Amino acid sequence: MANVPYSYGLLLAAVLFGIGFAGLLVRRNLIVVLACIEIMLNAAGLAFVVAGARWGRPDGQVMFLFVLAMAAAEVAVGLAIAIRFRQTLGSLDVDDADEMKG
Amino acid sequence: MLGLLWLIPALPAAGFVALVLGGRRLSRRVAAMVGAGSVGLAALVTLLVAASFIASPPPGDAYRQVLWTWFDVAGLKPQIAFYLDAMSLIFILVITFVGFLIHLYSTEHMEREEGFTRFFIYMDLFVASMLVLVLADNLLLLYVGWEGVGLCSYLLISFWQKDVQNVYAGRKAFIITRVGDTALIVGLFLLFTQLHTLEIQPLMASATANWPVGSGFAVAAAALLLGGAVGKSAQLPLQTWLPDAMAGPSPVSALIHAATMVTAGVYLIARTNVLYELAPDVRLAVAIIGTATLLYAGLSALAQHDIKRVLAYSTISQVGYMFLALGVSGWDAAVFHFMTHAFFKALLFLGAGVIIESLADEHDIFKMGGLRHRLPAVFWTFVIGAAALAALPFVTDGFYSKDLIIATSLGSVDGSIWLYLGALAGAFITALYAFRLVFIVFFGEQQTPVTRLPRRREKLPLYVLGALSVVGGLVWMPGWLGGFHPLESFLDTALPSTELTGSAFAEGAGSALLTIVIVLVGIEIAYLLWLRWRTATARFAARPTPRAIQTFWLHGWGFDWLYERVFVLPAKWFARVARGDLIEPAVGGIAWLHLRGWRALSATQNGLLRTYLTAAGVGVVIVLAFVVLR
Repeated sequence: MANVPYSYGLLLAAVLFGIGFAGLLVRRNLIVVLACIEIMLNAAGLAFVVAGARWGRPDGQVMFLFVLAMAAAEVAVGLAIAIRFRQTLGSLDVDDADEMKG
Repeated sequence: MLGLLWLIPALPAAGFVALVLGGRRLSRRVAAMVGAGSVGLAALVTLLVAASFIASPPPGDAYRQVLWTWFDVAGLKPQIAFYLDAMSLIFILVITFVGFLIHLYSTEHMEREEGFTRFFIYMDLFVASMLVLVLADNLLLLYVGWEGVGLCSYLLISFWQKDVQNVYAGRKAFIITRVGDTALIVGLFLLFTQLHTLEIQPLMASATANWPVGSGFAVAAAALLLGGAVGKSAQLPLQTWLPDAMAGPSPVSALIHAATMVTAGVYLIARTNVLYELAPDVRLAVAIIGTATLLYAGLSALAQHDIKRVLAYSTISQVGYMFLALGVSGWDAAVFHFMTHAFFKALLFLGAGVIIESLADEHDIFKMGGLRHRLPAVFWTFVIGAAALAALPFVTDGFYSKDLIIATSLGSVDGSIWLYLGALAGAFITALYAFRLVFIVFFGEQQTPVTRLPRRREKLPLYVLGALSVVGGLVWMPGWLGGFHPLESFLDTALPSTELTGSAFAEGAGSALLTIVIVLVGIEIAYLLWLRWRTATARFAARPTPRAIQTFWLHGWGFDWLYERVFVLPAKWFARVARGDLIEPAVGGIAWLHLRGWRALSATQNGLLRTYLTAAGVGVVIVLAFVVLR
């Protein structure tokens, strides 16, 4: 374990974040968008853990627990929004929600 | 009790706020109660304050109440403070009492009008502003009241705003008084830059200490303040707005354009009398403006057909008398005439309002006639008002105040025989046009049927003002009539007394006898011309020369014609020419640039979450790249 360089872990986190963000931009299905946000959250959590290990402190893992709790809450809210979205607009395409245009 | 002073302007202001917040939700009954009641309460408080002021005069015969400091910038530290002395006490008594009577009258007179609440909103705001004006302790606060009454005057002249002519009349009043107001504010700047304060009492003391008599600054400051006073009080050459201001409802004419607002200029000059003591030339100019105006307006009044325009010109003329009094240092006399004029002119306007309404909106006096049987209450009070206006000897208040001014114009050290003759001629003309009105409106054949009779709350103010017009003058009897003059002694605590030459003719019965004879002859001639020899007069008036003179006077000596050509048309021409100048494309270019920029920015707000996120992502990448690669 200790032999894996920290930069690998950070690189993995960056790649995961990039995948999530790219999905967020490219995909239009609201469920997939929510999944992409999950990926980005986990990428951030991974970065915390790696950083915690790097300095030999527990803070990074504590922070990851917070991220998990927040992610759970976010999913609950996100799915509720998805249901209302579907009821209101009849689809799950995020591009249909453009009523706020200037 | 003096501590209640702040309540006097605050009560009408509170009425104004309540009516604004209540708006349409208030029934007419409630709106009338709030509108008139707040002024009535202010009148009661004024009575309490006056009683306590007279019973136990405060030290220095003046009471100052500081509410709070308005602001404090670069040495200018005006306070919201009220200053009560004998002169402001007389003004607030007249404003609140006459104001209340007129409000009471309006509750019935305006009953059927659309915008009943709006009317009381403006009226309450007016009373509050006017009280601030006369109570202000510094010139800046006075200016706030000054502009406040100007605004209300504009709003109330244009009250029936569905007729565009009324709106034009309001606009004319606003713009012409603005000319004077500009002079006034420049005067305030001058006073502040030179004497470093705007608080009236220290300012006056400082002016006396720093400026010798006739010094340039004193003359300039006095002349600039005079400019403001001339605009507000409709004196030559800024008088043209007042006759057109009659487009407003009659109670408005009574309150604003007769009793109170148009005398604001008189108040300003009397309040800053020290400046005029320092500038004898300007004082002379005040006297000359007053005399010229009183003759000009008197002659114009003789030719008017519209009952309210007759009264409007007569107001200009009577305010001219007050200016004449100020010009010859008769400060007390001007305030006395302000008071009596407020009583009888408010009475005349309210009477005219009843007549106009009774005859289904008929303004032309030649279509009235014979009203003395159908409207006896109005007839008797109107005759009292006209007699007071004409200065009928002994039984009217107008006689005592006008005779005092006429005597002062000769007897003061600043007086002269020319001013005296002008004032006497004015008294003759006043008697002529006042009774021309009475004989044409109330005597002879009835021309238009009376469709509506005045009611209780319309008649009551007429009776009260009629009574005041009879007894109001008894507070200052001339020396040869016993010399009972509590008003003079009272006003002398606030205003310098007039320096007299000691001429026995002016101070004794001689001058007064001349006035009496002239007034009685004027009334007699009016009787002959417009009652006894009515048809002969009409025949004579139809001849070419008298006709031309009449037309000239009817149109106020062509001042409107002249101003139209000298100011209005060139301004319009210039506006037309200036449309195609270099500035226009520049201004248009700025507008075009903004429109384009707005469209471009608007396009970015397409409502698509993904676009926003992309933009945010690109931003993050740029910032990261910048940080990493730097």
